[in-house]
Amino acid sequence: MNPHADSIYPVLLIPLLGAIALGAIGHSRRAGWVNIAISAATFMASLRLALGVWEHGPLLTTSGMFYIDAFNVYLLVLTTFVGLTTAIFSRNYMLDEMKQGRVNSKRLQLYHAMYQGFLFTMLLALATNNLGILWVAMEGATLATVLLVSLYRTPESIEAAWKYFILCGVGIAQALFGTVLLFFAAERVIPNRHQALLWSVLYAHAARLDPAVMGLAFVFLLVGYGTKVGLVPLHNWLPDAHSEGPTPISAVLSGLLLNVALYALVRIKMLADPTLGVLPGELMMGFGMLSFIVAVLFLHRQRDIKRLYSYSSIEHMGLMTFGFGIGGALATFAALLHMTVHSLTKSSIFVTAGHAAHIAGTQSIDRIRGLIRTQPAVGWGLLIGTAAIAGFPPFGIFTSEFLLLAATMQSWPWLTAPLLIGLVVALAGLFRQVQPMVYGEALPGQRHARTSMLPVAVHLALVLWLGLAIPAFLAQWFNHATFLISGSSLL
Amino acid sequence: MVAVGLYTQAIRMLAALVLFTSFALLAQTRMAALIRLFAWQGALLAVTTALVALVTHQPRLYLSALLTLGLKALLIPWFLNRLVIRLELQHETEDLRGNAMVLLGAAALTVFSYYVVMPIVELSTLVTRNVIAVSLAIVLLGMLLIIVRRKAVTQVVGFMCMENGLFFAAVVSTYGMPMVVELGVAFDVLVASILFGVFFLHLRDSIDSLDVDRLNRLREADE
Repeated sequence: MNPHADSIYPVLLIPLLGAIALGAIGHSRRAGWVNIAISAATFMASLRLALGVWEHGPLLTTSGMFYIDAFNVYLLVLTTFVGLTTAIFSRNYMLDEMKQGRVNSKRLQLYHAMYQGFLFTMLLALATNNLGILWVAMEGATLATVLLVSLYRTPESIEAAWKYFILCGVGIAQALFGTVLLFFAAERVIPNRHQALLWSVLYAHAARLDPAVMGLAFVFLLVGYGTKVGLVPLHNWLPDAHSEGPTPISAVLSGLLLNVALYALVRIKMLADPTLGVLPGELMMGFGMLSFIVAVLFLHRQRDIKRLYSYSSIEHMGLMTFGFGIGGALATFAALLHMTVHSLTKSSIFVTAGHAAHIAGTQSIDRIRGLIRTQPAVGWGLLIGTAAIAGFPPFGIFTSEFLLLAATMQSWPWLTAPLLIGLVVALAGLFRQVQPMVYGEALPGQRHARTSMLPVAVHLALVLWLGLAIPAFLAQWFNHATFLISGSSLL
Repeated sequence: MVAVGLYTQAIRMLAALVLFTSFALLAQTRMAALIRLFAWQGALLAVTTALVALVTHQPRLYLSALLTLGLKALLIPWFLNRLVIRLELQHETEDLRGNAMVLLGAAALTVFSYYVVMPIVELSTLVTRNVIAVSLAIVLLGMLLIIVRRKAVTQVVGFMCMENGLFFAAVVSTYGMPMVVELGVAFDVLVASILFGVFFLHLRDSIDSLDVDRLNRLREADE
């Protein structure tokens, strides 16, 4: 028994109580600060939890409801960290939105309450040991964000939210059917049916689950959680939801929710691997590659700055899914690292893009010009962020993509070519659009936006750091997680 | 032995009725009638669950049956109905050209479900194993309803039908999920139905109609 077993509860309770508190006072001018304080407290609690896991190994609460190992603890810390920095950004941003009259105090109240509610559902999905609760939390994350996507009540945003609601609802229903099938398979090998959905118990019995049922369950779960990851052809909701909602929500959707969905998928893969052999991996590789290629091509056609970066998210989620699909220590390590650096970079890009849209008064790429002249911090932030996401050295994404390419070359050499070409095409697509936005003459009618570039600077500095030298403890951590997922370690 | 045979037949017949309501939903055009049919499906589902509980001596299934009855047969239909009356949609009908094809497709999906769940039926020893395919068919027909219809109300009914099918799948293949999961799912469904209600009002305000076809502003790229 882990002496720190109880340290998981604050991580979940703080955002839950925070959501309730902000439901009461979220309209006041100080709510932005309260939101930051709650997020900071959650972050500290998650650090304490991580320290406990670091010192005493995997943690299973007495009831068996929560299970924390090296894989999910780093995602928990990442989630609370990005939650905190986005909360810092969101205070100024939402005040600005208030001043422009795009939201009123009632909607601000809803926004703040749901922000914490959303963080709670994601943290619950990451921490739970019960695959049924995992599903409930994933659906809860959709429910918490759907009203945020339509916060501005424009026809476009309502359309985006409706699409998001229905498509994700239909998709995730498949995952519940998969969960039922998994429960069915588990019941025949696990004597106590109350434990038959607990991941830690299932993992111990994974080799004895019936292959035919597991195959069926895996396909349903892949389609279900794959919809939330944004895998092509189930990605249609993603660009709409990301571009129409308030920017802080785009940042957490892209940086965090997609990760959590992928996390769920990888957990399922770990259960399916022993009985199904290479099938789960190859399915994930196929979906990942398809998403990557389709998203790269669509990058070139975008006219809206937030849609542009949403497609870039699909591209990177495709790469990660592909990496986990290859399996093996190197590819898994690369995918884990990629999850981290993508999440940090993408949320910082959405923050900058939100500022850029405020300056220009529109999200249309054609109308955003000369950012470096009007507000240099925003211009440089966007340029550096885009360089990082496109995979330029010395940023962390270069490292993870390089490792992924190396892993592909080892096991599937002929797939290296489409990967490389895709990366170059993506680079061209991004820079073709970003160059005129940051350089060039500013258009008339720009306004000065109250910016908070601190989160951007911190995120990009971290990504740079991860690219130059991964600190030893973090490398060890990724290595642990790699060992858990792939069965062999890299270092 | 005779008694079990009788019960099994009763369960199968009830399952067939639940499936029949799914087909009826696909053929129904009036909003008010659609919601009434959905309520009937919920009620039949609750009765089937109670019967399974009786046959298999699983007392917790009575609780699930009660939950289904309250949520799917009473609360959600009542809520939807109130909204529809408030928005004055109860006499609204939907154009169903080509619906014969849709119904044929639904039949094909049902056959497909039998094919998909074959490996599970072979393994299962439960008295309900023959209706697992029906539960998957209900999920797929709910999905079909969402895809072919263009009214927001119908899509919501389709969404809830999928939930019905999933619940049914859990009951007949494993005698229900653990209680904590079942409660969680019920909570999600409840929140979803409230959100749908909020959405109806938003849709009405922004596009002045509940035709989802009018939602066509967001394109891959503006030409």
